[in-house]
Amino acid sequence: MTSITKTAQAGTLESSDVMITVAPGTQGSGIVIELESIVLAQYGEEIKAVVEKTVKTQEVTDIYIKAADRGALDCTICARTLTALSRAGAVLKEEML
Amino acid sequence: MKNAIGREIPEKISGIAEIKPFAGAFATVPEMRRQAPKVKRIKPTDNKLVDNLVEVFKKIPVTDGMTLSFHHHFRNGDGVVNMVLATAAQLGLKNLTVALSSVFPVHAPIIEHVKNGVVTGLDTNYMSGPVAQAVSRGLFNKPVVLRTHGGRGRAIECGQLKIDVAFIAAPAADAYGNLNGVEGPAACGSLGYAFPDAQYADHVVAVTDYLGEYPLSPISIPQTRVDYVVKVECVGDPKGIVSGTTRITKDPVGLKIAETAAKVIQATGLIKNGFAFQTGAGGASLATAAFVRKMMEKDNVVGSFALGGITGYMVDMLEKGLFKKLIDVQGFDLEAIRSLATNPNHLEVGADFYASPFNAGCAVNQLDVVILGATEMDTDFNVNVVTGSDGVIMGGSGGHADAAAGAKVTIIVANLLRGRLPIIVDKVLTATTPGETIDVLVTERGVAVNPRRTDLKEKFLAAGLPIKDIQELKELAEKIAGVPKEVKTGDNIVAVVEYRDGTIIDVVRQVEG
Repeated sequence: MTSITKTAQAGTLESSDVMITVAPGTQGSGIVIELESIVLAQYGEEIKAVVEKTVKTQEVTDIYIKAADRGALDCTICARTLTALSRAGAVLKEEML
Repeated sequence: MKNAIGREIPEKISGIAEIKPFAGAFATVPEMRRQAPKVKRIKPTDNKLVDNLVEVFKKIPVTDGMTLSFHHHFRNGDGVVNMVLATAAQLGLKNLTVALSSVFPVHAPIIEHVKNGVVTGLDTNYMSGPVAQAVSRGLFNKPVVLRTHGGRGRAIECGQLKIDVAFIAAPAADAYGNLNGVEGPAACGSLGYAFPDAQYADHVVAVTDYLGEYPLSPISIPQTRVDYVVKVECVGDPKGIVSGTTRITKDPVGLKIAETAAKVIQATGLIKNGFAFQTGAGGASLATAAFVRKMMEKDNVVGSFALGGITGYMVDMLEKGLFKKLIDVQGFDLEAIRSLATNPNHLEVGADFYASPFNAGCAVNQLDVVILGATEMDTDFNVNVVTGSDGVIMGGSGGHADAAAGAKVTIIVANLLRGRLPIIVDKVLTATTPGETIDVLVTERGVAVNPRRTDLKEKFLAAGLPIKDIQELKELAEKIAGVPKEVKTGDNIVAVVEYRDGTIIDVVRQVEG
């Protein structure tokens, strides 16, 4: 497991997109996700699960993630999360590159 | 009890006189006489002009518990509702019911009047903005009554919505109570939604900021029903009343839906001389009109009339000879006002003439095709235009259920996915318009036809249209976006949704927070 070293962002606040901001968390804090979404009632849990799964696949932990969702599909959420992680210094697994 | 479309309706709802469940779009037959309006008289020397609203309140007199009615042609530029209710509050009145044909964000002060006990009931056909949100969170102790535009006319005529005082926001008036909507700084066009109010209310007050010479003409609402005329500084903000121009969407998905919808209409075979058409002013609806127009021009078709809320686009079609008449219950822009004032083929009609189900024939019955929107639709084709994805009220039927019932072919145009949300669900949160009156759903990914209309399905298939089963379209959306969780609502009923015939088609329950 690794952690990130700096804050980074990916995505926009356009409709059907999500803006993902990642920041290093305190040691032992694990994966903390804060979600704001226009479809929170219908898809809130699913969005959190996609973000969490993406971060775990990259074996990153002790990270704070803020997701400002404007109705993005799962593939978009996954892509924006990966890009934010990459910009924050997490080395992506080979198959993701 | 469950009504005819399977919605659970309580047998008794506190604050609502009588609950008749929806039995089918044409199943409920009236057995009554119309409400007899109060007989009035004034003497030849009497003067109707009153200095201010306080004086009118005292002359009538307005008392606790009365129902005050208003119309919504001033939309988000309306100043009259707030002015009148502020007067009521100032005079210490309580327990009033506001019967306002549509509620807009500008009407937010209603919330304070409810909290102070000045207003305790609301009767409307559409609401958006702070009042709608507050209603959803339980603002009122008794449910709000949500009607259709035609249903409101019917309720007034049949005495189910009894109006004590109608306040008519009049862009132009003469001192003897003749009113029109085409002159003055707050010109709004048709005054159609106020016609039943003026005909049936015990007292009728015109509120205006433009006094013309007697006799004013044209006359939309006549002196014979208007008791008082009050001149105020300003009845409304023209910027909120009319838009300058109406523009057609540039959104490629919206255009694709509109183009498909136009092909659907063409495939029905109804685009021929005498074609009668209604469409909304927004998004894909107006774009559909643009595509239909091209087809009419290509085949030299002259339609009989266009109906409903009138925009400059419809006016242009009238002036180019594509339609012979416009039937106008509400105008949306400056062109609509100009046309109504100058063109004898542009007809101003009341809400009852437009859409009431209980008379000897309303205009929607003469429609060939209507294009409507939806926030949700279920696999039985029932449509929700009342509550949004969070369960909060953000609209209302307006003329939706009326036009759907009347037209030969009713088409819903909608994005299969709005953001991430599929338009098609198993069960709409709030049923507004029954599926039996909806014929076709047009989305960017296919067209679904109501199984009741096998005749249409055959025509569409022959025309090569992308026909899909509604279940198939629903699954397609869910494959892309995932299956949405149902929105949770509380038990408290904040509004009853009345079908146009006065039966209850659904209820709206309180949302948390």
